[in-house]
Amino acid sequence: MALQAIAFYLLATVTIGSGLAVVSVRNPVHSVLFLILTFFSAAGLFLLLGAEFLAMLLVVVYVGAVAVLFLFVVMMLDVDFGALKQGFARYAPVGAVVGGILAIEMIIVATAVARGGAASGAREPMSALDGLSNTETIGRVLYTDYVYFFQAAGLVLLVAMIGAIVLTLRHKPGVRRQVIADQVARNAQSGMRTVQIKPGEGMGE
Amino acid sequence: MTIGLSHYLAVAAILFTIGVFGIFVNRKNIIVILMSIELILLAVNINLVAFSAYLHDVVGQIFAMFVLTVAAAEAAVGLAILVTFFRNRGGIAVDDAAVMKG
Repeated sequence: MALQAIAFYLLATVTIGSGLAVVSVRNPVHSVLFLILTFFSAAGLFLLLGAEFLAMLLVVVYVGAVAVLFLFVVMMLDVDFGALKQGFARYAPVGAVVGGILAIEMIIVATAVARGGAASGAREPMSALDGLSNTETIGRVLYTDYVYFFQAAGLVLLVAMIGAIVLTLRHKPGVRRQVIADQVARNAQSGMRTVQIKPGEGMGE
Repeated sequence: MTIGLSHYLAVAAILFTIGVFGIFVNRKNIIVILMSIELILLAVNINLVAFSAYLHDVVGQIFAMFVLTVAAAEAAVGLAILVTFFRNRGGIAVDDAAVMKG
């Protein structure tokens, strides 16, 4: 139990510290790298809670895909980030005050719910139910009771993919592209012309 | 020194607050705003998973998966809009974004 407490405090400290670094470091590339660290240690917290599948999903989806997407965009855009950092000192005090009040309120509510809410009876987090692994438990519920939500999630991803492609696709005017329809529609009348050339003159193109 | 539900909820609350604080202080830098939104959604996920674990009900983890899906879609579309905006304006200062108002 003591080992679990040590692991929790270590992971929680790293999560919160790197989360603070995400919003406060000057260089956005460092910010993205701290975001990766935050997600990684949050995956560790999920492991402590017994949600192994979600922990691995967080590592694969976030560290592997979303954070790298952020990294690509940050490195591709040639932006003067020093100018964007203006106003940090101006907004930091009011942000700290609002954030502090928000955090205190939420921690009070969370503690009250944890002591007296529906989850107050359970002292131990869920471990493997009935010999089933976490992944199998999720699959049994996800593909039966929540199958329509699952399909809807796929649809959301499809729409996002199409939207991202449509937004960023652009046709450069100078590039010659192959148009299959034009090639197929070509015939002798449109593709060939007969020119009468007088002797001694060339074709004045 | 046992770790209970309230510990996880406190971590999630602090992470959520950091996300809100990040939106406050980085009002010009839309990339950091997007990352702050990711932090907020991560805090929500920690809440869902913690309640799921302590209520012995796996539905919370399924909801966390859906939140993850929507967050990934939101990041992809947000970054695509950002790239298009950068191409059209030559910068990503959010103050310029008022040109988008119809």
